[in-house]
Amino acid sequence: MIPAAFEYTKATTVAEALAALQAGGEDAKVLGGGQSLLPVLRLRLNAPSVLVDCSGIDEISGIREEGGKVVIGAGATHHAVMNNALVKSSVPLLAQATATVADPQIRHRGTCGGSMVHADPRADLPPVALALDAEFQIAGSGGQRTVKAAEFFQGPFETSVGPDEILVSVSFPKYDGWSTHYEKFNRTAQAWSIVGVAAAVRMDGGKIAEARIGLTNVGGTPMRASAIEQALVGASSLADIEAAAARASDGLAPFADDDADEEFRLHLARVLTKRAVAAASGLK
Amino acid sequence: MAPLDELKIGGMGASRRRVEDNRFIRGKGRYVDDIVLPGMLHMEVLRSPVAHARIKSIDTSAAWEIPGVRLVLTGETMAARNLAWMPTLSYDTQAVLATDKVRFQGQEVAAVVADDPYIAKDACSKIVVEYEQLPPIVNPVQAQAPDAPLIRDDKENQPTNKIFDWEIGDKAATDRAFAEADVISKTELHYPRSHPSPLEPCGSIADYDRATGKLTVYMTTQAPHIIRAAVAMVAELPEHMIRIVSPDLGGGFGNKVPIYPGYVVSILASILTERPVKWIEDKSGNLISTGFGRDVYLQGEIAMRKDGKILGMRMHTISDHGAFYADAQPTKFKIGLMHSAFACYDIPAAHLTSEGWYTNKAPGGVAYRCSFRVTEAMFFQERMIHNAANDLGMDQAEFRRVNLVKDDMFPYRTAFGFLTDSGQYKKCLDIGLEAIGYQNFKAEQEEARKRGKLLGIGISTMTEPLGAGNSREYDIIGIKMFDSAELRVHMTGKAILRTGAKTQGQGHETTWAQIVAHELGIPADDIVVEEGDTDTAPFGMGTYASRSTPVAGAAVAMVSRKIRAKARKIAAHLLEVSEEDIEWELGRFYVRGNPERGVTIQDCALAAYSNVPDGMEPGLENNAYYDPPNLTWPFAAYICKVEVDPATGVWDVLKFVAVDDCGVRINPMVVEGQIMGGLTEAYAMANMQYITFDEEGNCIGANYMDYLLPTAWETPGFELHEVVTPCPHHPIGAKGIGECATVGGPAAFVNAVINAIEHTGVRNVDMPLMPNRVYEALKTGSDISGMPPVRVD
Repeated sequence: MIPAAFEYTKATTVAEALAALQAGGEDAKVLGGGQSLLPVLRLRLNAPSVLVDCSGIDEISGIREEGGKVVIGAGATHHAVMNNALVKSSVPLLAQATATVADPQIRHRGTCGGSMVHADPRADLPPVALALDAEFQIAGSGGQRTVKAAEFFQGPFETSVGPDEILVSVSFPKYDGWSTHYEKFNRTAQAWSIVGVAAAVRMDGGKIAEARIGLTNVGGTPMRASAIEQALVGASSLADIEAAAARASDGLAPFADDDADEEFRLHLARVLTKRAVAAASGLK
Repeated sequence: MAPLDELKIGGMGASRRRVEDNRFIRGKGRYVDDIVLPGMLHMEVLRSPVAHARIKSIDTSAAWEIPGVRLVLTGETMAARNLAWMPTLSYDTQAVLATDKVRFQGQEVAAVVADDPYIAKDACSKIVVEYEQLPPIVNPVQAQAPDAPLIRDDKENQPTNKIFDWEIGDKAATDRAFAEADVISKTELHYPRSHPSPLEPCGSIADYDRATGKLTVYMTTQAPHIIRAAVAMVAELPEHMIRIVSPDLGGGFGNKVPIYPGYVVSILASILTERPVKWIEDKSGNLISTGFGRDVYLQGEIAMRKDGKILGMRMHTISDHGAFYADAQPTKFKIGLMHSAFACYDIPAAHLTSEGWYTNKAPGGVAYRCSFRVTEAMFFQERMIHNAANDLGMDQAEFRRVNLVKDDMFPYRTAFGFLTDSGQYKKCLDIGLEAIGYQNFKAEQEEARKRGKLLGIGISTMTEPLGAGNSREYDIIGIKMFDSAELRVHMTGKAILRTGAKTQGQGHETTWAQIVAHELGIPADDIVVEEGDTDTAPFGMGTYASRSTPVAGAAVAMVSRKIRAKARKIAAHLLEVSEEDIEWELGRFYVRGNPERGVTIQDCALAAYSNVPDGMEPGLENNAYYDPPNLTWPFAAYICKVEVDPATGVWDVLKFVAVDDCGVRINPMVVEGQIMGGLTEAYAMANMQYITFDEEGNCIGANYMDYLLPTAWETPGFELHEVVTPCPHHPIGAKGIGECATVGGPAAFVNAVINAIEHTGVRNVDMPLMPNRVYEALKTGSDISGMPPVRVD
């Protein structure tokens, strides 16, 4: 469990980090909390020549409200996110999904931004960002740009963050008053999701007025279940939810592994969507 | 003078806190990797990335060039000293470093010794091995194909991949029983490969001192004396010049019984460099290359009368041993104690046939927390019993009651020849049934089904043979399976006890002192227990197979009695009466008829060094070697109630009741800890654990993302009950307990889940009962096999 040798640079500002990445060349990697990168290094699945440690950059570590949005610094730890009062009240789905990530020790090291940029299809936070129309602020040598969640996740372990760029923050619209639930299906406490469903609904008069659904690990990227978001509007009973959730797997082409073949994954997507929406809406 | 309160001095029956935990919970344990010797070098092993390949060349030149590299070893280095191959514990041979072929993914190919572990690891990656890939064999079906490549082409007289055929029992009588049967019930299943996965992986520090000729090896071993004997034989070093030290161990579960290539290579590396050499395996290395458990396929049949009486039983097992037959087991038995199956049932005729096969998988076949394949035996037994009761249309509990050996039938000779000697099987079962609410279960299940919930109940009852020897029948590579204890009482009445066992978490430092306290009245806190150093500990066979309390624990009682016998003579001398006039109560001798006139065991200890009678040797110390007359036979009834979610295949344990009869309990808290831990491992196997291989022979499960360990979050609660039937031959009436729950537990979980879904026609789902398997079985009403069907001749 010993990584191959690498150079290590600790950046204290975004500018320093960008400079170090540029100097390090193609082979340089950003180190955040190390939640995913350290196992990769220790198992020698990858051997970057330079690590640029961004965990000490104050300007990207906070959580704040700005322009009516909740802005999560890329370096904010899971622990900080899930216990932040603003996140809990305005983006509760993010707090709920974050609480299912790994275990407390890892949540004290791993970061929200790191999870997003790593873009593991099994990760729980990307579908939340997708469902809630989050935006990603990315810094590069040419300045800062903003990318919508729908464009950010490009494939397994692939995002629109370039090799010489870093993620600065993720901003979420405020969902005050929405009811939310993250339904995670896994086999042990710290294990990855086999399938996960992130559900947020706005209730109005005992009916679902608006719904947002993101799916974990049913494709190479997080998936947005747009079709059923529409179908859920007006739902006022568990039966309505079930009817809508039956289409949760439409258009998906998941992969197969020992935990679930394609068919079982699609089945889980339907069952868990029903459960997630039922739990979020409280409808019976 | 008031008699001593045995519980207050930490004697028998006291739930005394574990003394070893004082250092463990403070991070002050001293494991192999904590030991740092002056001038120590570090070794890393290069493993094969492929399952089956001929080695065309190994180029180590780039590794040698890295600064800080002291030595690079390959199969050639080993072969030059006749160490390329070593004997296994089952009279096979195993490659230390591969010379001709690699035979499983993860096999040891080369090793680098360097100034620090980082250099060693980097240098390993610079070794270039050219492989010519050969077709891999990943199960016994492929192994027996007529055109299957020969895995062990290194061996003479090994024309196929078959390792052994073995049988026991009476075939003719069994055939007759089947001919007379009203109903025959068949069961086929696979017990998947699992791994003991102790928290601490394996490792060693070899320290060869050329000046004295002495070799000291700090090693993660459950059996240091066996290792000393093996090193003496393999490395041809004189036994008195070998010292094996097994310090604190972070779990063993059978994984630390075998001799692994890393140990041997580190020894040679130390001899060659004349420096101490440390080798610490990483977790993936442990999972991919060291002793696994199980991997046995069963074809079983039970012959019954309509009234439920079992007339006979047949089992055929097909086992996958990996590339080297390295099972740790008694010599006489090729598939361990598989024939202990059905020992708790009164069955007139039985026949077991077994075949073992080589495959391109890691070797081992260790007893993962069981007494030599007893886990498989009892799982097969209870799955067969479950199916048989269903095939008869008989209640699961009633079917067991009809066939369990009755209390008045002991000693009972099983059809395979074991002698069970004690137990109250029906009582244990009844306590369990009462605790789980068996009476109401059918109604509960019906009611739940109406709500769309599937409830199931599963029973597992079993007795298992724990505590090998006796030495007439049990040996490992010819070494008889007895054990030992040595007790030295100091002049102030404090004592040091050493045994030939080796604790790995079982709590010997706590419980052995309690046995001495019980026998001598010396407070347990006044006794220090030491194990694991072959220069100081008396010869013993180590700790596995739940043998410590049955064998070494008995030796502790016996040596204490020898001490007491000498102390009695001293007491007579001090009290100036004849020995016949001396009476004993806990911790004290007194004059018969005059209880006020007495001396304590501490008085006797002081006198042993200061005032012995004429003609008596001074001192108060002794040793005892104990060869048990029989195995011990604990009994357990495990009953589990589950709820299956039909929408996802997830099952939750609603209640689990364990009724264990392990005879007299030395420390009830430690016993309960053993049962809790064992049930957790049983749950893990039933629910989530297996090591599989893809078609290329790649090991799926050499990391903790794929090989799941249950956490407190998933593990259900367990309700424990006890029955005490003392062992008739053990000096303090104790039986083994360490493994009962791992052995008997899995069938309770599986029977419960099967019970919940068997209305669909499902008879079997192979472990682990993962949600997708249970869901699929429910949906299709078909059995789910975790293994391709095995060809039957």
